[in-house]
Amino acid sequence: MGTSFGRGGATSFQQDWQNSDCILIEGSNLAECHPVGFQWIMEAKARGATLIHVDPRYTRTSALADIHVPLRVGSDIAFLGGIINYVVEHEAYFEDYVRLFTNGPSLVSEDFKDTEDLGGIFSGLDEEQRSYDPLTWQYEGEEVGAASGQREQLYEERNEEEGGEKSSGHRPSVASSGRGESHGSGGAAAHPNAVRDETMQHPRCVFQIVKRHFARYTPEMVEQVCGVPRDLFVKVCQTLVDNSGRERTSAIAYAVGWTQHSVGVQYIRTAAILQLLLGNIGRPGGGIMAMRGHASIQGSTDIPTLYNLLPGYIPMPHAHQDDDLEAFLKGVSTDKGYWSDMKGYLVSLLKAWWGPAATEENDFCFDYLPKLTGSHSTYETVMAQLDGKCKGYFVVGENPAVGSANAKMQRLGMANLDWLVVRDFGLIESATWWKDGPEIESGELRTQDIATEVFFFPAAAHTEKNGSFTNTQRMLQWHHAAVEPAGDARSELWFYYHLGRVIREKLSGSTDEMDAPLLDLQWDYPTEGTVAEPSADAVLAEINGWDADGRPLASYEQLNADGSTVCGCWIYCGVFTDGTNQAARRKPAREQSSVAPEWGWAWPANRRIIYNRASADENGKPWSQRKAYVWWDEEQSKWVGHDVPDFDPSKSPWHRPPAGSRGAEALSGEDAFVMQADGKAWLYAPAGLTDGPLPTHYEPQDSPFENLLYDQQRNPVRQVFARRHNRYHPNPGTRGSEAFPYPITTYRLTEHHTAGGMSRWQPYLSELQPEMFCEVSPELAEERELVHRGWATIITARGVIEARVMVTERMAPLLVQGRLVHQIGLPYHWGTNGYSKGDSANELTAISLDPNSHIQEVKALSGDIRPGRRPRGSAANDLVEDYIRRAGITSDTGMEVRGDH
Amino acid sequence: MVKSVCPYCAVGCGQNVFVKDERVVHIEGDPDSPVSRGRLCPKGSASLQLTTGETRRLEVLYRAPYASDWEVIDLDTAMDMVAERVLRTRREFWQWDVEGKRVRRTMGIASLGGATLDNEENYLMKKLYTALGAIQIENQARI
Ligand code: SF4
Repeated sequence: MGTSFGRGGATSFQQDWQNSDCILIEGSNLAECHPVGFQWIMEAKARGATLIHVDPRYTRTSALADIHVPLRVGSDIAFLGGIINYVVEHEAYFEDYVRLFTNGPSLVSEDFKDTEDLGGIFSGLDEEQRSYDPLTWQYEGEEVGAASGQREQLYEERNEEEGGEKSSGHRPSVASSGRGESHGSGGAAAHPNAVRDETMQHPRCVFQIVKRHFARYTPEMVEQVCGVPRDLFVKVCQTLVDNSGRERTSAIAYAVGWTQHSVGVQYIRTAAILQLLLGNIGRPGGGIMAMRGHASIQGSTDIPTLYNLLPGYIPMPHAHQDDDLEAFLKGVSTDKGYWSDMKGYLVSLLKAWWGPAATEENDFCFDYLPKLTGSHSTYETVMAQLDGKCKGYFVVGENPAVGSANAKMQRLGMANLDWLVVRDFGLIESATWWKDGPEIESGELRTQDIATEVFFFPAAAHTEKNGSFTNTQRMLQWHHAAVEPAGDARSELWFYYHLGRVIREKLSGSTDEMDAPLLDLQWDYPTEGTVAEPSADAVLAEINGWDADGRPLASYEQLNADGSTVCGCWIYCGVFTDGTNQAARRKPAREQSSVAPEWGWAWPANRRIIYNRASADENGKPWSQRKAYVWWDEEQSKWVGHDVPDFDPSKSPWHRPPAGSRGAEALSGEDAFVMQADGKAWLYAPAGLTDGPLPTHYEPQDSPFENLLYDQQRNPVRQVFARRHNRYHPNPGTRGSEAFPYPITTYRLTEHHTAGGMSRWQPYLSELQPEMFCEVSPELAEERELVHRGWATIITARGVIEARVMVTERMAPLLVQGRLVHQIGLPYHWGTNGYSKGDSANELTAISLDPNSHIQEVKALSGDIRPGRRPRGSAANDLVEDYIRRAGITSDTGMEVRGDH
Repeated sequence: MVKSVCPYCAVGCGQNVFVKDERVVHIEGDPDSPVSRGRLCPKGSASLQLTTGETRRLEVLYRAPYASDWEVIDLDTAMDMVAERVLRTRREFWQWDVEGKRVRRTMGIASLGGATLDNEENYLMKKLYTALGAIQIENQARI
């Protein structure tokens, strides 16, 4: 969403669903996974809204929907692309909105070649590098930086233009950087005025390119690719169209059912394009909600424990020759929109970290930041562990031995470490694999041969520490410590603060340049209580920041680039306004408006619906009274309404920036997408993505079906790893592919939490969902002699698991490409420890990744199923080897860049 | 009673945590919350077991190289041992340059996790790791 709109957060808030006229849930089982949030969808339904659920399975969400559309796993881009085609063909798009707020009228370079021209790929593909050079995707005559995503794509060009020597051969390989596109917050570089054709008729304008690109996504094609009958598909299209426009709005909600694919980011892009064409962004009852599974997964992206980002979506710098702060900023920031102030955000962050040591003369310690040289995501890290290049590992409230793709490789990586630190409530699988993991059972590893030192530290619970979570709607909520943690249990705040303290003590007096960033680090937090817990309030105050006089800042607009302000995360600036913890605000819902602005605090600047300038027309009037949200008040000469305007409050809708303006000044009164390089939402992404400016249907890495839409089977730039334990399945139609005939998908249940660390040890939850199972249709049960409540064995080229069989009509077979297809559903919560045990679905999954987000494809794979329990001991591996042999799988299988084979 | 937030999913339901004699005795939905209006799902409702259940470990455990079982060790000792190892591995895998370009980092140390933690905790983690020169810092946003 970062690339489309400028910020990677959900565009709206859960309560706002009650204002929707239609809600499309796809890639999410919201009633099951976010049950309490789902109440707002039921509110909408009670008010007459139509609920559509598109999902391979008939779930708790489908049961409450007006329309359930079963589709084949991994075919969502074809489905949504079909809706886009329908909307465009029937001229059902919201034309004024599209012209005003999107880049539909903008002209694209003559050098750009679409998948229509090149048989399923875009111009710029470098087959050897497995990556695209995105230069030809730019607008005509100018270069636009992306608000998020691959922001360093243009680093070399930009720093060369100024007459500098070109420092090295070519741009950082696109496949190798990765900018957390799925969650970014952006605003990027661009000339304020793209060449535009306001009639949107020019053959090279974005709108026409989009129209041509999706023309082949016809209802007939959708039927063939997705297995969705034409009538049902058209009904969905018409329902969305009927519930969008001036008077009505539709919302879309998704979850990891969309992100966990080798084209996952483009799934979300397809939804973004659709919502923009229908005029549903920035308006009440509209938007796209990303439903996240962990309490603070949004927060851990905003303040990222992610390799490619610094707090507030500032990119981590890549290594370049003679890099310095100015060159870095030139490469990644923008001329227009709020990203042009990136220097202020970054310098204030460097001041928060290195205090007085960070000075104008030394580039504010920019050199202290370690530099990237490619992708260093968790999956590359596993490869580095296997190769002996990464020897120490902290696992903190996560359980990769169960929850990450290819669980075996996760464990083998850990078995190759010098030391491992696991912090959790109990002995999760990632802490005990060396004594009781599947490789011990199979004899592949012997405990007495494993050199890894393992530390287990008990973690404190949320009731034992102060701190804030950022929920799925960008809202920070503070939780207060009720008691101190017992025994040796400690918070992560405690652990990292004291670890840093001990490390700094050990290094004190060191004059080694290598240690300077640690010794200069600002690390004096007050501690409290009997365990010397650092003050979470003090940390939040630093995140918020203060001015030269130490006064808490109220807004990121106060941040300076001269080192006079301190701010640990610019998008959270304002959460400690007036020295008060805004995240701890708890004015009861009944005492305030339905937007509830005084409950917690949402970034940016406490806005609950972002891009809300788009809720009003070119004259600043609401598109309709029914959907009024913020509007221009002539008398007061400012934007007013139900929420904090996501716009300069005093900038009139008719404002046109003087020539030569920069930054926020360069935004016109119509530029509602204030973080974007051109102030517009992007139907077409001229920059920022690694795998194309438009979404394109490619088949999953492991798919039993050929790509009917193009000669190109898979995303050409997906990340794949030819490793012994990470074999891919043969292409459909080739020899051996029949060994893995069934599409498989993975999912979650209400009663368990992700990899189980917080649920399989709880008696209530374990009793509610006691063991691993698989869901199959009665037809598949008959075909493979599977018995309800009996056992089944499921096999891929990576592993074999067993599961209890649940035969259910909820798994309806679909007619795809003239073939009846049976899909298999697998919850992924289980492992060998805890009260509730079972095999892990991730024993079956491969590491194949989306090239933008580096998220693994575990929502669509293929495999085989047979009755009975799996073999034990080494016989289990023998069975997998047997399949690999029969299918003729080698290290080359599924590794191609181009073509259908 | 203290105000809290459910630690499971990102809906962010409000919780009221009841304390008696310095022990958490009850957790229920917060009716004041505009998001959850007092409701909790089965996971949120199991928070009392999560926080006070007997499966929680309260000791630091250490498994020595090649050992067949855990031993209990003292927290301060463990902290010191981890700090030693961090410094050793950091130095062993230190890089000033890669292909002639300055990187100032260590590739020896990685970290995984963050989405179940507080913002303040993620902040200290990123700050300390960056100062150490460790870049392979990741969390559940990738899964
Ligand atoms: S109670 Fe359930 S729905 Fe609410 S935050 Fe907790 S896990 Fe999510």
